[in-house]
Amino acid sequence: MTARVCADADEAVAGIEDGSTVLVSGFGMAGMPVGLIDALVRQGARDLTVVSNNAGNGDTGLAALLAKRRVRKVVCSFPRQADSHVFDALYRAGEIELEVVPQGNLAERMRAAGAGIGAFFCPTGAGTLLAEGKETRVIDGRTHVLEYPIKGDVALVGAHRADRMGNLVYRKTARNFGPVMATAATTVIAQVREIVDTGAIDPETVVTPSIYVDRVVQEAAA
Amino acid sequence: MTRVPTAERPLGKHEIAAYVARDIPRGAFVNLGIGRPTLVADHLPADSGVVLHTENGMLHMGPAAQGAEIDPDLINAGKIPVTEPPGAAYFHHADSFAMMRGGHLDVCVLGAFQVSAAGDLANWHTGEPDAIPAVGGAMDLAIGAKQVFVMMTLFTKTGAPKLVPDCTYPLTGRNCVDTVYTDLAVFDIAPEGVRVRETFGTTPEDLATRLDVPLLP
Repeated sequence: MTARVCADADEAVAGIEDGSTVLVSGFGMAGMPVGLIDALVRQGARDLTVVSNNAGNGDTGLAALLAKRRVRKVVCSFPRQADSHVFDALYRAGEIELEVVPQGNLAERMRAAGAGIGAFFCPTGAGTLLAEGKETRVIDGRTHVLEYPIKGDVALVGAHRADRMGNLVYRKTARNFGPVMATAATTVIAQVREIVDTGAIDPETVVTPSIYVDRVVQEAAA
Repeated sequence: MTRVPTAERPLGKHEIAAYVARDIPRGAFVNLGIGRPTLVADHLPADSGVVLHTENGMLHMGPAAQGAEIDPDLINAGKIPVTEPPGAAYFHHADSFAMMRGGHLDVCVLGAFQVSAAGDLANWHTGEPDAIPAVGGAMDLAIGAKQVFVMMTLFTKTGAPKLVPDCTYPLTGRNCVDTVYTDLAVFDIAPEGVRVRETFGTTPEDLATRLDVPLLP
């Protein structure tokens, strides 16, 4: 089934269950689907595991979800930033779990989930704290670490443009994790700046084909 | 054009960056780490043909954006707005790190807390109890680029050496550093040991007394 175009962000996030693993696109604020996260705050799902590159910036978006205590665990590569005060306070108070994953493993583990790869060996992190307890194998004389997929129940993806079927186009470095996360979750919800008629996106430029996308919503005007 | 500084005194951070820039081959694909390594871009000759990779998903990244050029969708790995020169390309994160992990980048330049005589790198985590660990792309860069250059001061503010027999900080990668550029010397990490390539305002003999690492002539 191709994507359903939703009237607003609240309709788009309806049905996200407590305890879900939610993949959230964005690198810093670029590509972050703030409207969907705000709607998830209103929707009220709790005990969430959030997978995202960062652990929130400032007080909006992911930081707002964290501040409402809806998130049990964050899986990310780089939680600590100049403006990650919401996460920092929760972490120091022992009120949130953190799994730090090297950025390339974060992306590749979601790619594996989306591509039906059961696990993969990679040298990243070999011999470091982040590989402790993980299976290793020497391949071509080099130690590789076994990494398992990260699969989401839901992905919240920020993209630039969608057609009514759900084909997505991104813009500049705001693409970041969106295309990978869109393959790796059971329900994929895309927030875009504009929805155009089917056929209005050149098929050669589609980055996320409609098969991956379940719901599309246009960003509300600021 | 970059002027190679004199060797009469310790180098400042811009001069270290100039030394690193001098060693980047023409036309190389290069990732510059967040912080001081980004200074290297200012010392690459205009005709160097070097293509900068930023791990959040861009090749041929341009200089920092100014004024009306600033676009929230166009940032570098340090989340600083940058520009898009002709020839730039965008890609998603799995492709960006495949580029890195697949050995396609010629050089990466990273900062460090410590480098060991065997080329182990520690640059992501102090290991202090209240520190919040954050690794980003450092572990992928350390094992992925064909050559790993480190830029750092040779001693901490309290005078402890940062080129050490074994790292005491948590490791980023093992046996991954090729060359260490510091304010006092440039070191090549070779299979047979650490070789002093050049010194600035000091001598190999003096460094030998201040470091616990055997230095090859």
